[in-house]
Amino acid sequence: MGTVRELVRASARVLCVAIPAGFLAIFFLYPVGSILVRGIGVGGFERLVGLPGRGSFRGVVWFTLWQAVASTALAVLVAWPGAHLLARRRFRGRAVLRAATTVPFVLPTVVVGGAFLALFERFGLSDGHYRLTRTVGAILAAHVFFNVAIVLRTVGTFWEGLDTRPEEQARVLGATPWQAFRWVTLPRLWPAVAAAASIVFLFCFTSFGVILILGGPTRATLETEIWRHAVFRGDLASATALAVVQLVAVLAMVVVANAMQRRRAVGQVPVRRVLPRASSRLLVGNLGLMAVVLGMPIAVLVERSLTTGRGPDAAWSVRNYAALADRVDLLPISALAALRNSLLFAVVAAGLAVLVGGLASLVVVHGRRTTSRLFDLGLMLPLGASAVTVGFGMLIALDGPPLDLRSSRWLVPVAHALIGVPFVMRTVVPTLRSIDHRLREAAAVLGASPARVRRDVDLPIAARALAVGGAFAFAVSLGEFGATSFLPRHPDRLTAPLALFRLLGTPGEALRGQAMALSVVLMVLTAASVLVIEGWGRRGSVRGDL
Amino acid sequence: MMDIRPPFRLAVAVVALTAAACGGADEPTSVPLSSGGSATVEAPSPTGPVTLITHDSFGISKGTLEEFTADTGIEVVLQMAGDTGQMVSTAILTAGDPLGDVMFGVDNTFLQRALDADLFEAYESPALVGVPESLRLDPSHRVTPIDFGDVCVNYWIDRFDDENPAPSTLADLADPAYADQLVVQNPETSSPGLAFLLATIAEYGDGWEDYWAALRRNGVVVTSGWEDAYYGEFVSGGGDRPIVVSYASSPPAEVIYADPPVDTPPTGVVTNTCFRQVEFAGILAGTEHRAAAELLVDFLLSPTFQEDIPLTMFVFPALASAALPQAFVDFVQLPDDPHLLDPAEIEANRNAWTERWTEIVLR
Repeated sequence: MGTVRELVRASARVLCVAIPAGFLAIFFLYPVGSILVRGIGVGGFERLVGLPGRGSFRGVVWFTLWQAVASTALAVLVAWPGAHLLARRRFRGRAVLRAATTVPFVLPTVVVGGAFLALFERFGLSDGHYRLTRTVGAILAAHVFFNVAIVLRTVGTFWEGLDTRPEEQARVLGATPWQAFRWVTLPRLWPAVAAAASIVFLFCFTSFGVILILGGPTRATLETEIWRHAVFRGDLASATALAVVQLVAVLAMVVVANAMQRRRAVGQVPVRRVLPRASSRLLVGNLGLMAVVLGMPIAVLVERSLTTGRGPDAAWSVRNYAALADRVDLLPISALAALRNSLLFAVVAAGLAVLVGGLASLVVVHGRRTTSRLFDLGLMLPLGASAVTVGFGMLIALDGPPLDLRSSRWLVPVAHALIGVPFVMRTVVPTLRSIDHRLREAAAVLGASPARVRRDVDLPIAARALAVGGAFAFAVSLGEFGATSFLPRHPDRLTAPLALFRLLGTPGEALRGQAMALSVVLMVLTAASVLVIEGWGRRGSVRGDL
Repeated sequence: MMDIRPPFRLAVAVVALTAAACGGADEPTSVPLSSGGSATVEAPSPTGPVTLITHDSFGISKGTLEEFTADTGIEVVLQMAGDTGQMVSTAILTAGDPLGDVMFGVDNTFLQRALDADLFEAYESPALVGVPESLRLDPSHRVTPIDFGDVCVNYWIDRFDDENPAPSTLADLADPAYADQLVVQNPETSSPGLAFLLATIAEYGDGWEDYWAALRRNGVVVTSGWEDAYYGEFVSGGGDRPIVVSYASSPPAEVIYADPPVDTPPTGVVTNTCFRQVEFAGILAGTEHRAAAELLVDFLLSPTFQEDIPLTMFVFPALASAALPQAFVDFVQLPDDPHLLDPAEIEANRNAWTERWTEIVLR
């Protein structure tokens, strides 16, 4: 009996490592490695050596870096009060608000870009002294819009689980609220802040549509340059050289961020207590900020989706929504059918991301030091790699038995899951790390096996984080455009973002209206799904004081 | 109390889905390796399925491909592979081990790159006789012209009248009378943007640099793509610039997809600013279904498919005899003498041209 159990335990441990490692190796490392080797073979190395000498290249690197740093800092600042509100105050509609913040994630940049341009116009920011159109300001604003949810949710979820007693003790001992926050709360929040910031940074570092649409034609980042060279110019060598620079930069960034997260991790006892009601002033202030940052662009989209006709002929109507069910000649399937495809892909992608990300998180927290660090680093990389690199890589690498997946329908959700895994890990790892050793030790002393400890202590506590990460993976998949567009697809498997792009590619008010309606449906669907997924996580998580 | 069931149920579902994903054997594209290579040469019996690789703008009415299958017994599998640039780059990366048998949608701005990479096997379709000479850009028939579209300057009719007429030539756009009215796309990131640059090069020759310097002085706005130009800056999407680089087929689209319905398009085309984009199909080298692929290329030039093209892709059939839908007959002004450049000349110079353009217009 004992040996059988040991065997089971050993194989479980092997699977924990093998599944995430295999996933990363097959669907990321091997494809990306293949395309880089191919690019080096056609002169990529010579280009790489020549890059630093070119002024335009240095300009691109500098701009990529600083806009990502600035966007990340702004996103953290804007999200901070909201994270506090969601974590530490009780108010009606908290769950809905929480879910609603995830909405920007699924919005295609071409649609958001349009909404921002319309907003700038309405507030007189499209011209003159305070012009935002085609400036870095527009890029930063859009990045905050897209990424504020990541900080809000990652930090908020973690914050909610933080024991409030140390702050209360500090206050009793005479600390001002600021001192208590600065010296007691902030240091403990740090791992979650670093985790969220690292994801936001990678997103902004590899941002594509926002840069092109809102930044105008004079601004370029490594990501847009890789695309331009590989796709528009067909210059694989230059694209490869830039992709190497991008990957090395991402690697360095993740190493630093991971070190920061580890150093500051503090164990604690998870406590759930009745939260104080939010004061109406706090609530109004926070909701006001959120309404400006997230609400206004969304409101523009909703307004457009409900309008037909232009100029003086404009009228309110739900025709655009009714049209979603009918196939227009331009699309192989109806917009509604494309939505169904997207949902199916998102379910598979989120499931894969939770499985791979959950196992990888266990390995990161409980595994051997080297394995832990490698996992923590490796599984973050897909977030910082160009869609071009991953897309082309998959096409040339996964082309023969036993991995002839190039035109498999499952390659799309797999590519989406690659981007979803970091989200799961960045919410789960800090939570797992924060579980007090004493809790595990107590369980072990009481006779629980390591597996039992994991199931009865770790899983319930991590369930909520797992659900938050899974919901993000789901939303990322619903809105993903870049990698999807590289993978050959049967027309019947058109996804909603691709359908949207096609609708906006031909003139005509009806097509544009339908695209706006589709975006709004996509948003509502996302918010609803996130609400449901996180509902599961909550039910599965610990109730009451341990 | 702890209740951990739901996540476990979720986990089970996830594992099941993963297993399903690993299976994935229901793909119609996994074609068994044919062993009788010599047999194919002797008796080319057309067998399928044949895979048609297209760009994302490909469209076809329901039932059209089924007609081909009914006539020939050959199944067609469609695969969309991104925009034209993505599709061509993908084909070059997978050359020799192609994703499909026929590729549709490579245009004359990308053609030479595809030919240089030896992507295609030559095939002279008997249906080619119905295609005007001017569209047959490859004398050795590695590719077959299927459709064409013209990239032209469009304008918003209401913004112009007799006293203040719409522009009628490229030169007008540099005239101070049209200052701050034009939106174009960056030729480094946009296909119509590149086509418009090529139109100016075809028109002005070496003088194109001065022309663009004049456009810049006249307040031209450059966007990264067609969508942000047409829907962001142009009047049609709520912007306030009345002149934009778009397509000759944009006015009929403005009528067909108007809401509420309109009788005439709100936009017009400046017909002597047009650059002609021709789209081709070619049989991908390495195909195992050569005979079926030939039949598919013939079908792409058949009246059935050709007459389906305008309303699904908003371009024009290459077959001269193909009937056009009424909206195209009524609202399209096609240029008599559109600008064209030799694909080899485009490929040899485009990087130098676009880099120079960037210096002149954006720096």
